[in-house]
Amino acid sequence: MAGLMLGNQAVARGLYEAGVEFVSSYPGTPSTEITEFASTYDRNEMYSEWAPNEKVACEAAIGASFAGIRSFCAMKHVGLNVAADPLYTASYTGVNGGFVLAVADDQGMHSSQNEQDSRNHAIGAKVPMLEPADSGECKEFTKLAYEISEQFDTPVILRLSTRVAHSQSVVELEDRKTVRYEYKKDPHKNIMTPANAKPKHVIVEERTKKLREYAETSPLNRVEMFSDEIGVITNGAAYQYAREALGENASYLKLGMVNPLPVKLIKDFAAKVKKLYVVEELDDVIETHCRKIGLDPIGKELFTFIGEYSQTYLREKILGEKNEFVQLEDVIPVRPPVMCAGCPHRGVFYTLKKLGVMVSGDIGCYTLGSAAPLDAMDTTVCMGASVSGLHGFNRAMRGEYEGKAVAVIGDSTFIHSGITGLINIAYNRTNSTVLVLDNSITGMTGHQNNPANGKNIYGDPAAAVDLEALCHAVGIDNVTVVDPGDLAETERVIKAALAAEEPAVVICRRPCALLKTVKHKPPFRVNTDKCKSCKACMKIGCPAISMTDGKAHIDNTLCVGCGLCSQMCRFGAIEE
Amino acid sequence: MAETKAIMLVGVGGQGTLLASRILGNVLLSAGYDVKVSEVHGMSQRGGSVVTYIKYGDKIFSPVIEKGEADIIISFEELEAARWLPYLKKGGKMITNTQQINPMPVIMGVQQYPDDLIGKIRAKGVDITAIDALALAEQAGSSRAVNVVLMGLISKTAGFPEEAWQNALDACVPKKAIDINKKAFELGRGA
Repeated sequence: MAGLMLGNQAVARGLYEAGVEFVSSYPGTPSTEITEFASTYDRNEMYSEWAPNEKVACEAAIGASFAGIRSFCAMKHVGLNVAADPLYTASYTGVNGGFVLAVADDQGMHSSQNEQDSRNHAIGAKVPMLEPADSGECKEFTKLAYEISEQFDTPVILRLSTRVAHSQSVVELEDRKTVRYEYKKDPHKNIMTPANAKPKHVIVEERTKKLREYAETSPLNRVEMFSDEIGVITNGAAYQYAREALGENASYLKLGMVNPLPVKLIKDFAAKVKKLYVVEELDDVIETHCRKIGLDPIGKELFTFIGEYSQTYLREKILGEKNEFVQLEDVIPVRPPVMCAGCPHRGVFYTLKKLGVMVSGDIGCYTLGSAAPLDAMDTTVCMGASVSGLHGFNRAMRGEYEGKAVAVIGDSTFIHSGITGLINIAYNRTNSTVLVLDNSITGMTGHQNNPANGKNIYGDPAAAVDLEALCHAVGIDNVTVVDPGDLAETERVIKAALAAEEPAVVICRRPCALLKTVKHKPPFRVNTDKCKSCKACMKIGCPAISMTDGKAHIDNTLCVGCGLCSQMCRFGAIEE
Repeated sequence: MAETKAIMLVGVGGQGTLLASRILGNVLLSAGYDVKVSEVHGMSQRGGSVVTYIKYGDKIFSPVIEKGEADIIISFEELEAARWLPYLKKGGKMITNTQQINPMPVIMGVQQYPDDLIGKIRAKGVDITAIDALALAEQAGSSRAVNVVLMGLISKTAGFPEEAWQNALDACVPKKAIDINKKAFELGRGA
């Protein structure tokens, strides 16, 4: 049986067929669907869960591997930074049951804050990394990763990209096999004290040599000989672009194992072609390796370090050919993503803009609060940095900004890594004000349950973190809950928190408007007789409101009846 | 060897381009082609400009479509038709819904929604068909069925057996919405 599958879906299928029994992940575009699809399999065969963050997910998967089953965790590229600590030492302990970590890089930054190349983590952690180039390979490489993990006693990283994770291509289905190993206490292998870790490091270096030998002949690395004029060494999505751009006018060495890289295989390929290119997105990992082994390929001198490649880009760079196209003379207005109509974050950011405060931002839908017309954000770095960064900011400003700066962080992000920052605020005392935007879901990645919303990945009832009690427990006495759908009350509460001579948390609680459990009111409408065309309702940046024939107009296909705009209108022109 | 064909679905996040791409991919696969469908998730629900690439033929390598490469562009919204026009191959065909959704710069009054975009595209010598898919979707029973109306329209020119389309609808559309979507498909096919 064969069908079209997303790369992520094919990875999940590969997990199932490989006999994986434990999956733990934190959502992150473009990796999220791996775990969502994994959770559609019988949980008695393959159990899945959302962990509070990538470090916890990775450690849980390592624990499951110790126990003797095949385990897995998935994350986006920046998530691997969070999980790097356990990974780098799991490289030393090795595995019992096979352990594979999938990381999805986001070339082109479709939905990310940076564009880092995860191959550098594989080199740093000294673990093998496989990189599929389509959905069929996603499934095959996932299964092979478990064989490698157990054969070489190592975690294996499966590297995806947005293009591979989110493209559908044909996948053949096979049966599941089961693999289980006995648990045995083995302190020298699994307790990484210096005394045990020193001999382990020796083993890791020997393992890399063996893996490099494996890479010389592994079916993961494939030579496609057509022409001896041009040779292309490439990996992942870049292989597909090169193959389409150059067709059979070039030969290819497609590297499915991107760490460690083979030596003889590359040298032999290079010797067969007149002109050698290395085509790899992001960093010059393969190119640097080629130079180390005495080759001089054309690489980043011609191709960029930035963004996604394509067949057109490569055709232009290598062959000097360009596509013809037509375009209009008109300026086409951009269409950036915006907060949805009815978004509970809108009221918060409108209030913050009105108050003119410094906003220490974070990662989630609410990062859209930085966009016009709300423009209510000053900084955004990584998950959790809003809370810890505000503490540093306030300390640096010697208290001057304590009454006019806030951190904003979503419920899921707060659980992920905001809690420790809040502990720091309480412990090292700044009178910082933290707004937890609790919309009862992990929103930006497409609605995943999380430890604060009382449901597990399967939608079953689960323990819910009591955010108010948690804040109290870490030493924050001033904790208020407000409905951000009530503008006047939201402003009053945020002002009071800012004025307090103590650290304060405001929990802005209203569920995401896209949740199926949220009942919407009928669309509001504008009474054009009462509308004075003052545009006050436009200040909240709702995509459902526009000016039509000089009067405010509400698009009834978009409006979900949140009523925020009616609170903006001083003339009572917006009616239920 | 069958030539590689490239179709783009473009629109605004929330208009259901992903479901449309699943239906199309399903039909092409049943017709025996190698198929790749590429979509970008993440920001897609937030009202941004969204695009899906569908390529089919004997053997597909790159899943992406670049400027000057699309045989057909199906646009769910007028401004998006204009935005993605450069991706159309010379002699390619464009189908657009006449619905207009204002982007934030237009809502804020910073920029204008350009007028007569369809006329301007046609004046460039492009073969463009425009239909009011929103009206047909509402006639079928849901404004959200614009995507399936457009699939009905494309089914006329794409040339695959109607049974393949019906099977794809059954496979891709949630059961509770199937009746409305089948009606939307018929209305699109008849337009």
